[in-house]
Amino acid sequence: MASLVTCPHCGKRPKEEFTVKGAALTRPAVDAAQDVWFDYVYLRDNPRGAYQEYWHHTSGCRRWLVVTRDTATHEIFQCHDAAERGEVTA
Amino acid sequence: MTPYRLSSGGLIDRSSPLSFSFDGQRLNGFVGDSLASALLANGRLLVGRSFKYHRPRGILTAGAAEPNALMTIGRDGRTEPNTRATMQELYQGLEAKSQNCWPSLDFDIGSVNGLLSPFLSAGFYYKTFMWPAGLWERFYEPVIRRAAGLGKATYQADPDGYEKIWAHCDLLVVGAGATGLAAALAAGRAGAKVILADEHSRAGGGLLSETAAVSGNSASDFLAQTLAELASLPNVTIMPRTTVFGWYDGNVFGAVERVQKHVEIPATHLPVERMWRIAAKQALLATGAEERPLVFGGNDIPGVMLAGAMRSYLNRYGVAPGRRVAIVTNNDSAYALAGDLEKAGIVPVAIIDGRADARIEGYTGKARMIRGGYVSDAHGGKALSSISIWQNGHTEKLDVDALAMSGGFSPIIHLACHRGGKPQWSDEKSAFMAPDGLNGLALAGACAGIDGLAACLEDGAAKGLALAAVLGFDGHAPTLPEISGDIVNAAPAAFKIIPGVRGKAFVDYQNDVHRKDLGLAVREGYGHVELAKRYTTSGMATDQGKLSNVNAIAILAEARGISPAQVGTTTFRPFYTPVSFGALTGVSHGKHFQPVRKSPLHDWAKKNGATFVETGLWYRSAWFQRSGETGWRESVDREVKNARINAGLCDVSMLGKIEITGKDAAEFLNRVYCNAFLKLPVGKARYGLMLREDGMIYDDGTTSRLEENRYFMTTTTAYAAGVMNHLEFCAQALWPDLDVRLASVTDQWAQMAIVGPKARTILERIVDADISNEAFPFLGAAEVSLFGGQVHGRLFRISFSGELAYELAVPASYGEAVADAFMEAGSAHGIQPYGVEALSVLRIEKGHVTHNEINGTVVPSDLGFGKMVSASKADFIGKRMLAREGLHSSERLQLVGVVPIDPATSFRSGSHILAKGAEATLENDQGYVTSSCYSPHVGSAIGLALVRRGPERHGEEVMIWNGLRGEFTPGRLVSPVFFDPTNEKLHI
Repeated sequence: MASLVTCPHCGKRPKEEFTVKGAALTRPAVDAAQDVWFDYVYLRDNPRGAYQEYWHHTSGCRRWLVVTRDTATHEIFQCHDAAERGEVTA
Repeated sequence: MTPYRLSSGGLIDRSSPLSFSFDGQRLNGFVGDSLASALLANGRLLVGRSFKYHRPRGILTAGAAEPNALMTIGRDGRTEPNTRATMQELYQGLEAKSQNCWPSLDFDIGSVNGLLSPFLSAGFYYKTFMWPAGLWERFYEPVIRRAAGLGKATYQADPDGYEKIWAHCDLLVVGAGATGLAAALAAGRAGAKVILADEHSRAGGGLLSETAAVSGNSASDFLAQTLAELASLPNVTIMPRTTVFGWYDGNVFGAVERVQKHVEIPATHLPVERMWRIAAKQALLATGAEERPLVFGGNDIPGVMLAGAMRSYLNRYGVAPGRRVAIVTNNDSAYALAGDLEKAGIVPVAIIDGRADARIEGYTGKARMIRGGYVSDAHGGKALSSISIWQNGHTEKLDVDALAMSGGFSPIIHLACHRGGKPQWSDEKSAFMAPDGLNGLALAGACAGIDGLAACLEDGAAKGLALAAVLGFDGHAPTLPEISGDIVNAAPAAFKIIPGVRGKAFVDYQNDVHRKDLGLAVREGYGHVELAKRYTTSGMATDQGKLSNVNAIAILAEARGISPAQVGTTTFRPFYTPVSFGALTGVSHGKHFQPVRKSPLHDWAKKNGATFVETGLWYRSAWFQRSGETGWRESVDREVKNARINAGLCDVSMLGKIEITGKDAAEFLNRVYCNAFLKLPVGKARYGLMLREDGMIYDDGTTSRLEENRYFMTTTTAYAAGVMNHLEFCAQALWPDLDVRLASVTDQWAQMAIVGPKARTILERIVDADISNEAFPFLGAAEVSLFGGQVHGRLFRISFSGELAYELAVPASYGEAVADAFMEAGSAHGIQPYGVEALSVLRIEKGHVTHNEINGTVVPSDLGFGKMVSASKADFIGKRMLAREGLHSSERLQLVGVVPIDPATSFRSGSHILAKGAEATLENDQGYVTSSCYSPHVGSAIGLALVRRGPERHGEEVMIWNGLRGEFTPGRLVSPVFFDPTNEKLHI
């Protein structure tokens, strides 16, 4: 994991302040097909390279963030507030 | 002869003597000595025994890679095993003890292992301890454990302090030798914020042992001058005694500073070690190069030493290695030692150079030169006595008391490889070099394969300037000093297998791996570098193969007929050198290991005689013992009975409490709970079930609507933080369009449950408002004033016990006073405090669930909550996946009560349920007991269980089976509600 995470609200903060939830997937519509829901709840990609995850700034501003990081190098490319839906692509 | 102190020279202070002890013997050294140099100065060649063969070992290096001179330093709680004597500064009163020998260093019984060596070859453990398997646990493992390991950790508590700290800089320079100093100075002059860290007690690196002249002055004068200028720059911090041990993501470096490891009694206001995390915009490694041993027979006999180390002891510490010194080398660097020895009056008896055409410009000494020769074997027991020289098939024996060896240099690139980059073999340099394309980290000087003082100074200055420029600091290239008398390696040494070797030729000193072990590994099919490492244990000791890896790889390459590049190398991982647990722990030990959470009613509980139990961080009152009560059960039974007959007061402040506001708060709650919340009226509380997205129950609790757009939620104690995070996720990530605000108010409220038939009578003396059954019915929730308007609180008529019950929340600071008032007001009505044990009995009697039952495998219908789940809501967390067919099967494990058939018997939580008469097998397992207790109400043990088709089987006889303890208790499945199944008591 990256040692320093740039929170859009708090700036550069040590990783110990954050909690990682996992893949930043978009919640399907409630009437979506069952296999869509299975994918959302259980199936995860394990890509080498860029990956979007939900991180919570638990010991900071307590905002949920979408962090795009490289799973191989741990480099963080982008970090934005999870409320900015438009930027979630995964 | 043995080593001895010279009468002059070196950077030690002969006017400041220090006394210390080694294995109980009093010895003397000087300020400026390392423990190793002081031992040598006292003629101590034998300082330890080797790991496997218990061979006598002496000091091999003068630095961090030392594999032999590992000692236990200090005593009592300050005992520190496996300390490298080469890195330990001498201090007054230092106590050092040798390791891995018994009964003494001089006479070690374990050395008989050397005679058994044909049986202790590579893969010995794998081959020998394969069978019979039954012997492993009883015999082999205990024997191996006793034999393994070097020093022993103390069982006493460490009396010293440690701390952790962050640092931020533009440029981190690792290594304060000539290269690092030049880099720090160049970047520092340009204005960059520089940290210069060095693992040794003082900055200077090789300059501390250098005899070449710098601008006509001594190297130590140049060093003093450079350090003075660095000290004058406010933007430069010099950190000696600081090992940078790892390179991590975000260009953060881990470092450990030994603040007080060089004093006998550390000052209490300072830590002994400080763990740094250094966030560097750019970093420059100036870590130098490690000299490699030559792999000849007996290359571990005390008196054999690396040439650079011998030079360091001679020049820096004023210690001569012996009277008859030989030098064996395959490169030019060792000639600097030859020159220095001659200046000190010790003409080497021979310089054996593997290169037939060796011609060294800078060396004009008188030593006998043996070109194209090798030392094939060194001889001696606890001290070197002679060497065999092999030259073109002829051998010659030479009496010597010290032998310096140089097998070339390995750049110290560990840090550069900590983030996944693989070292690259360079035929040109005969060494592994740092990977290309590193981001934020560069290498300069010897660790970049650059040789010679002048070139290192130039490279350091250039790279320091360049990195400063990257960060926008412009500086000028400095005028470089003139160097004279430096011997620069014309060409790096190529590895060669030494011919004519008879004795054990060690590759990895610390793990006792010798050349033949590696050959054997290749012959037995373990020639791959990663396999050979594990098969032979080469490179697996605490020095992680700093001296041995390249030799081991070269030997593997030779045996397999391929190049070292094809063999490859094993992975470099942090830590560069061992880091103490103390430093890693920092202040997080003892009372500071984790925070203690105390309820606002803690002191109230304490003065009422509570016994506390740790639940997570909380200290909860478990029961309140009264005089005459002999065991906890007696207290708990009394508390339960009293709550059902009179009244009880229980601290429930540790429940999670969340204030939820906003005009969409109702809609929000409706989506996070599986049951309906939209129409909850103001002034009412409702039990809510929260699901996970997979349909399983996540948490439960009550939520009350205090105002149109203000709710007060309680969660279970264990999931308080998790539920808050979950709600924030829902509000921020899933439905950011909802107008809802969340605030954790767990610590703001003291909350107490007032329970029992007399609860209302007592409460009426505290609460101002009318709380009659008509005015404030079951599930009422209201803001109330107390004591004639003196305090305001929140009153909820909810019941976990099944009794007439209320929960009252008051501002935390009023908690104790209000609880005291309850005890006072209730004394005439028999009020008694009760703890979490009685709380648990009351709720099991009532059939209420907790996380014992909500264990991540249950859906609402499993617990009898099937009808609570809203069928009409458009959406809620878990709705879609809860609809899965399998989650509604009657074959699922579902909630049921269980009692023993004989009331005198009992059973434990975790026991399994078998059909009556069924064999006790896993196949016949029908479920398990989730909660159990002795019920004063029922008069026997009772339990809640999750059992296949449980709700349909009330009345059925079963067997309660505890397979771990071999207990069988005949039992009966019953309704899970043992107390007041018609809920009459809730509404009185």
